[in-house]
Amino acid sequence: MIVADRKNVREIRAMIQNHQRVLLVGCGTCVTVCLAGGEREVGILGSALRMALRLAGRDQVIVDQVTIERQCEDAFIDALAPRVGEYDAICSLACGAGVQALAERFPNTPVYPGVNTQFIGILESQGVWTEKCAACGNCRLGQFVGICPITRCAKRQFNGPCGGSRDGRCEVSPELDCAWQLIYDRAKALNKLDELEAVVPPLDWSTGLDGGPRKVVREDQCIAGLGPNA
Amino acid sequence: MEDEPLILAFCCHYCAYAAADLAGSMRLQYPSNVRVLRLPCTGKLEVNYLLTAFEHGIDGVLVAGCLEGGCHFLEGNLRARKRVERAKVFLEEIGLEPERLEMFNLSSAEGPRFAKIVGIMSQRLAKLGKSPLRPDCQTVHQNIQAMTDQADAALAGAKHDCCRS
Ligand code: SF4
Ligand code: SF4
Repeated sequence: MIVADRKNVREIRAMIQNHQRVLLVGCGTCVTVCLAGGEREVGILGSALRMALRLAGRDQVIVDQVTIERQCEDAFIDALAPRVGEYDAICSLACGAGVQALAERFPNTPVYPGVNTQFIGILESQGVWTEKCAACGNCRLGQFVGICPITRCAKRQFNGPCGGSRDGRCEVSPELDCAWQLIYDRAKALNKLDELEAVVPPLDWSTGLDGGPRKVVREDQCIAGLGPNA
Repeated sequence: MEDEPLILAFCCHYCAYAAADLAGSMRLQYPSNVRVLRLPCTGKLEVNYLLTAFEHGIDGVLVAGCLEGGCHFLEGNLRARKRVERAKVFLEEIGLEPERLEMFNLSSAEGPRFAKIVGIMSQRLAKLGKSPLRPDCQTVHQNIQAMTDQADAALAGAKHDCCRS
């Protein structure tokens, strides 16, 4: 899932400082699961922001809140559309994709981000999320026994470990597991150590972000006659 | 009464609520400006409960759970303490004194300690003064009553909506 965490209330207050009617919009998908922007967090931010504004002498500013199922899909934004005209700004607690989806849908309403989108990751333990994938567009996990060196090795080495691996820890921080130690240990357990003998060529980064925003098109799923630009 | 700071006490059913009862049975004197709101466990507490209370104009909030290690649900009181700490961060960010919120631990047998805790918070709030978010006193009382009714309804198994906008 996409993992995000909250922004300081002061930062959000500063972003909306020129607005009088603000709608906080939560998202019921990834950011609900990572406890950053679901219904409860929107409620918390709503309370906090209203209090902050009152304490700053801006009692007249209206802050309302609503949470929709998913912000990164236009069909779900329909549920929100009838209300948007009542507000002069939106603060979205979805990931950056959700924020931009609202901005595209509502060209006349300023949209501000209410969380900091962090990474694609997993729930490591209750309350702890860790990064696992950098969305390189050309997944190599098959060559690394299911452990991503792009994301989890500080140097993104395809032929590790580097000389800084110590007792299973990365030289960058004793808090970090050395990804290459993890790869080695798992390959050994799977009896696949010989596969690590091969020198892995560099990743073809043409699938990465450097060429601008990427697009996935499924012609067979596009609406007939309208194609990918529907 | 009008000028006294109002304290909302989120009390665990298994300890602080019983201790408050005991303090009453023992005829102990403690400040009358506290309103007790019973929770099945302080682990039920979420940051939004605490912020909603302050938004309604309550001057101070105390959370009273079982002694550490003594929670009926093992670690509800430890979670509550973390949530109280997180709510304090929010209070600091919005510009309200975090000291208006505090977590205490006690057992059901400690009626006198309940009275003492209320005294500590009451004194602290007397120094801090009324919340700058406070509407008129009657409205605060009505808000507390509404929150208490909703909490009771929730405890009785009904669906509650006290934390929704
Ligand atoms: S190799 Fe690329 S797609 Fe696969 S996990 Fe790593 S970053 Fe993600
Ligand atoms: S110590 Fe391990 S994880 Fe850290 S940079 Fe070197 S190979 Fe990568």
